[in-house]
Amino acid sequence: MNIKALVMAGAAMAVLASPAVAREIKVKGSSTVLPYAEIVAENFQKSTQYKVTVEGGGSSAGLKDFCLGLGEDKIDIANASRQIKKAEVETCAKNGVSDIIEVQFGYDGIVFASDVKGPAIALEPKDVFLAIAETVAYNGVPVPNEAKTLKDVNAAFPAWPIKFFIPGEKHGTREVFEEKVVIPGCKASGTLEAYVKAGKDEKAAEAACKKFNKDFAVDIDGDYTETLARLDSNKKSIGVFGLAFYESNTDKLRVATVSGVTPTGATVASGEYPVSRPLFFYIKKAHLPVIPGLKEYAEFFVSEDMIGPGGPLETKGLVPAPDAEREAVRATVSDETTLK
Amino acid sequence: MSGPSDSERIAISEIVARGIRRRRAAEARFKTYGAIAILIAIAFLLTLFATIFSNGISAFTQTHIRLELALDPALIDPDGTRDPEKLKSGNYRKIIETALFSRLNVDAKSPDARLARLMLSDFSHYELRDRVVGNPDLVGTTESVWLPAHSNIDQYIKGAIKKETPNERRLVKDQQIAWADELAAAGDLKRTFNRYLFTRGASSKPELAGLEVALIGSFWMMLIVLVFAVPIGVSAAVYLEEFAKKNSLNDIIEVNINNLAAVPSIVFGILGLAVFVNTIGLPRSTPVVGGLVLTLMTLPTIIIATRAALKAVPPSIREAALGVGASKMQSIFHHVLPLSAPAVLTGTIIGLAQALGETAPLLIVGLFAFVVQAPATPFDSSSALPVQIYLWATYQERGFVERTSAGIIVLLAFMIGMNLLAIILRSRFERRW
Repeated sequence: MNIKALVMAGAAMAVLASPAVAREIKVKGSSTVLPYAEIVAENFQKSTQYKVTVEGGGSSAGLKDFCLGLGEDKIDIANASRQIKKAEVETCAKNGVSDIIEVQFGYDGIVFASDVKGPAIALEPKDVFLAIAETVAYNGVPVPNEAKTLKDVNAAFPAWPIKFFIPGEKHGTREVFEEKVVIPGCKASGTLEAYVKAGKDEKAAEAACKKFNKDFAVDIDGDYTETLARLDSNKKSIGVFGLAFYESNTDKLRVATVSGVTPTGATVASGEYPVSRPLFFYIKKAHLPVIPGLKEYAEFFVSEDMIGPGGPLETKGLVPAPDAEREAVRATVSDETTLK
Repeated sequence: MSGPSDSERIAISEIVARGIRRRRAAEARFKTYGAIAILIAIAFLLTLFATIFSNGISAFTQTHIRLELALDPALIDPDGTRDPEKLKSGNYRKIIETALFSRLNVDAKSPDARLARLMLSDFSHYELRDRVVGNPDLVGTTESVWLPAHSNIDQYIKGAIKKETPNERRLVKDQQIAWADELAAAGDLKRTFNRYLFTRGASSKPELAGLEVALIGSFWMMLIVLVFAVPIGVSAAVYLEEFAKKNSLNDIIEVNINNLAAVPSIVFGILGLAVFVNTIGLPRSTPVVGGLVLTLMTLPTIIIATRAALKAVPPSIREAALGVGASKMQSIFHHVLPLSAPAVLTGTIIGLAQALGETAPLLIVGLFAFVVQAPATPFDSSSALPVQIYLWATYQERGFVERTSAGIIVLLAFMIGMNLLAIILRSRFERRW
């Protein structure tokens, strides 16, 4: 009887598993893009009859799945908080995903923040680098960094022991942090130059800049909620957050200025605030005619009602792209222009 | 030969008495250590429950705001057809805003209008739409409707957002607090039982997010585990315990099954991704894949529990059955298995409870998804209870903090319920020999 039940259940499942004609739209990727994609998916499903499933997991994980190939069991869209890499495009092409539509739908700001009861902090990329780097230049020669407190780095700072909570390696945010803060800081402090003088090529020098003292710069592999919890238990520390996250927690966090600019939607969009990045999603062109609603979803995503100023994505923290860029991206989607 | 003298006798009894004292003291110390250990464990447990309940209990209520909505046909049904499809595209946002602005005495063009809009859930117009589409007769009438308040207002009413925080840093502004207090005084703002928590799927808005998809997804998965793991597990255990010959191959199988029970669950997730999703091609993010992965994980637990139960049946039962002419199979299926059934059931329930709380393997096979509509079959995208808790814990909105704890409360309730059932079954039906 047990065996009979088993066979029957198996048969029932086999029937259900036979290829469905219309399946839902499958989206996967960046956890930074996730909240925006969720809002779009939710609105889209409330105003059309299509179904959308959005998964997180990170930009790299999303693009990896994206490049597995074409077909009903593969995802249609990958969200990414960075541009697709050349190697990924090649993997995609090898697996038959040759026509990729790139959609850059807005910007995201990355902010430094500390406990709301603490003092205001004005950061320079140079200060951040000098605080957390393992090696810094002294008289043009790379030497081990001896700074122990923020005051050692810059007399204007409070005498806190150095503690930065930075995004872990798997986050796209880490790359932005390194490229927009650490490398410029490395340059400004003269350390990069010192490395080059000491015989390193440009690439090795940059890699050396990204070596942090792990006690001073703590990797957070979880989400911003974890960073917030760390700040809560260690009030004399600085955390790296997304602009949107900070804006939902203004009663707990005090944001630091970077190079004298306070991060706001306006300063990020204008490029005045230096630590920001574009956000993307990638569509498989070959899926557009096959998956019902896929094109509608993409068009809905880039519509003015979603990504425009005053739209729900801006409320959530997205920094809208300038008007011309938004027009251009809408054209990309409706013409199905693929990556070259 | 003479015995010990009196003085020696006293000395010996002195030594013996000291020994006894020492042993009693050691025993007393050990008891104290044990009591302290239990106290510490209870203290941790109480702290855990206290924090989760104090954080989560408020999520079981939700703030609603009552508005008098004039369901103007010109805005929602200009053709007068009352066709549900047409009604869907009506301008419900406008209706709500008109009523809201007049209730709060706000000019639609003033800067306060933005704050006024943030009193209600961003999606309240969908709530109204669904209500009108479900009952087209409402068009043209004026309805008094309770609409979900914005999550931040809800958090203020519940005390999570505090009045003392300076206005510029507070998520709810002074003006909104004044409105909320005024609405509450007039009886137009109320906290009621939060139905949405059980009747809604994922949402980016905390006030509308619920566990429905997760509950249904977890239900499908438990059903699949039950359908697959119990027959396979029990058959395997019966074979190994009753029929298998004692040889080195079976010894290896036995050791491996015991080891499998200790394998970290994430390994089953990776296996499931490779086999069920990539090779067989079952759809990602669906209960069928999750259920099969959990089946793999639960199998060893059920096999081990069943074997222990079979072993506990005394040989006299088997021998008596064989003695009156039953075949080996008859003795097992008519006597041994029914007698061990309560223990098998207990093991199964404990295995299911374990599977219900499992998160890691489900993340790998894609149940870590944002799904709004409940899965109708196990082949539709879904989420699972523990995964939903994990997802909520990562959200930035304040409203999700309490919902995370509420999700944990619901999960704990299921776990405690299942374990309680196991205990009751055991004490009710278990036979002792």
